[in-house]
Amino acid sequence: MPYSDKILEHYNNPRNVGSLDQNASEVGTGLVGAPECGDVMKLQILVNPETGVIEDARFKTFGCGSAIASSSLATEWLKGKTIDEAMDIKNTQIVEELALPPVKVHCSVLAEDAIKAAIKNYQDKNVEKGSSQVASNNSNYQSTSAEVLVVH
Amino acid sequence: MVKLPIYLDNNSTTRCDPKVVEAMLPYFTEYYGNAASRSHEFGWKAEEAVEASRQKIAKLINATPSEIIFTSGATESNNLALRGVAHMYKAKGNHIITSEVEHKAILDPCKRLEKEGFEVTVLPVDQYGRVSVEQIQDAIRDKTILVSIMAANNEIGTLQPITQIGQLCKSKGILFHSDAVQAVGKIPVDVQAMGIDLLSLTAHKIYGPKGIGALYVRKKNPRVRLESLIDGGGHERGMRSGTLAVPLIVGLGEACDISRQLMPEESQKTFTLRERLRTGIMNQLSDTFLNGHPEERLPGNTNISFAYVEGEGLMMGIKDVAVSSGSACTSASLEPSYVLRALGVGPELAHSSLRFGVGRFNTQEDIDYTIDLVVREVNRLREMSPLYEMAKAGIDLKSIEWSAH
Repeated sequence: MPYSDKILEHYNNPRNVGSLDQNASEVGTGLVGAPECGDVMKLQILVNPETGVIEDARFKTFGCGSAIASSSLATEWLKGKTIDEAMDIKNTQIVEELALPPVKVHCSVLAEDAIKAAIKNYQDKNVEKGSSQVASNNSNYQSTSAEVLVVH
Repeated sequence: MVKLPIYLDNNSTTRCDPKVVEAMLPYFTEYYGNAASRSHEFGWKAEEAVEASRQKIAKLINATPSEIIFTSGATESNNLALRGVAHMYKAKGNHIITSEVEHKAILDPCKRLEKEGFEVTVLPVDQYGRVSVEQIQDAIRDKTILVSIMAANNEIGTLQPITQIGQLCKSKGILFHSDAVQAVGKIPVDVQAMGIDLLSLTAHKIYGPKGIGALYVRKKNPRVRLESLIDGGGHERGMRSGTLAVPLIVGLGEACDISRQLMPEESQKTFTLRERLRTGIMNQLSDTFLNGHPEERLPGNTNISFAYVEGEGLMMGIKDVAVSSGSACTSASLEPSYVLRALGVGPELAHSSLRFGVGRFNTQEDIDYTIDLVVREVNRLREMSPLYEMAKAGIDLKSIEWSAH
């Protein structure tokens, strides 16, 4: 099996599973992937507006073990980082840390996309505070806050 | 105490029955002659064993021994049947009928034949994975030379109306081939009663060795002729040259013999265990869906989609139980099972499917362990699934504009 011990460890003991209040102004939510492609990641960050530091991060993932491990690792790395530092997280670092096999590289790409989507959602919410919301869609879920990124 | 890991992937391959191995062993080191050597004892012994095996295979499917052609396995049998018939009968016609849920070993040779100028009709299937006789009737043309429909599907276990298709083909004078690798040895297969002209089977699905299979080629009413794929010494009536793999052939014969004798009780046992597994899982978990036909299916097969949970991720969670998934997370295409898609199963549910194949060596303890493990892991992964969270919140997942790739 092309699974490293680190993937298995995150899969069996995922860090930071859960949800934050996506309506809160200090929470950024990224929802990337698609059910028909077999991967959906929801990644949320809780940012301290004073310091710009990510104080908490949560995820929920529909996907294979590598997708779950990638998002679990991403939340671990996000905590304590500033937004700017978080923007520097690269999918290749996730590939390296988890020893993802080539067929699973897309899981790390998705995790990076989820991080960027969550940050963008947070920034959109706060820059345009009081003005228009994220483009409202035909679903409650999206119209509240989640930013859906196009991947691949 | 249950013995781990548990093997529940018997539609993929099976454990070689120790009795089969035992029967094969002398043909490696004692009776190692070439079955084509007519001039000495070693050759005679080998030939004798090959003929005894042919007889056992023939008996299982109600054929005569000389109608059995040995091949390397069902992929070769299917290629030989399709390309062999197409090339031999091309003066008569150029049209072949098959179905969307066939194995790639049927669909890919068909594609090759299309490139050569043959025309192939690939029939769609209903929600259970079945083709109807009416569909085949409607697809038949003047130039139709062959219909190839599997007896039982490898992913969903659905059985096709083989006897009616056989009758139809007979009445139209069209040859009928059936890829019966999943059916042979598991349910009664009778080439006479079913009107089958060519039939593919393989040893490793029936507790025999890998690397050996056979093609049944009807000799009477009508006498089917084939253009060979492999030429050489003119073995197997010129249809498949190459020195016969005597130990493997002995194994195939033994496997057929054991399966024939055990079939009544074994099919009942695997059916009972499969139903215990299916109901045990589905009664404890909401949003689960059976793929394939509820009744017309192989006794040991069940295939279930677990909404909101991805199949490969689930397999990792139940790693002590060997199963397979319709998820194609590992393949480059990211496309889930084409068989499930052909049934109209949505891609998200196809990604969420697991196939369980119960076999000869499974016990009730295996099944009960598997039920508990699957239920526990599906619940754990659902708690981790954004889709489950959204569905619980009443959000219609179809209303969301997902990011495509």
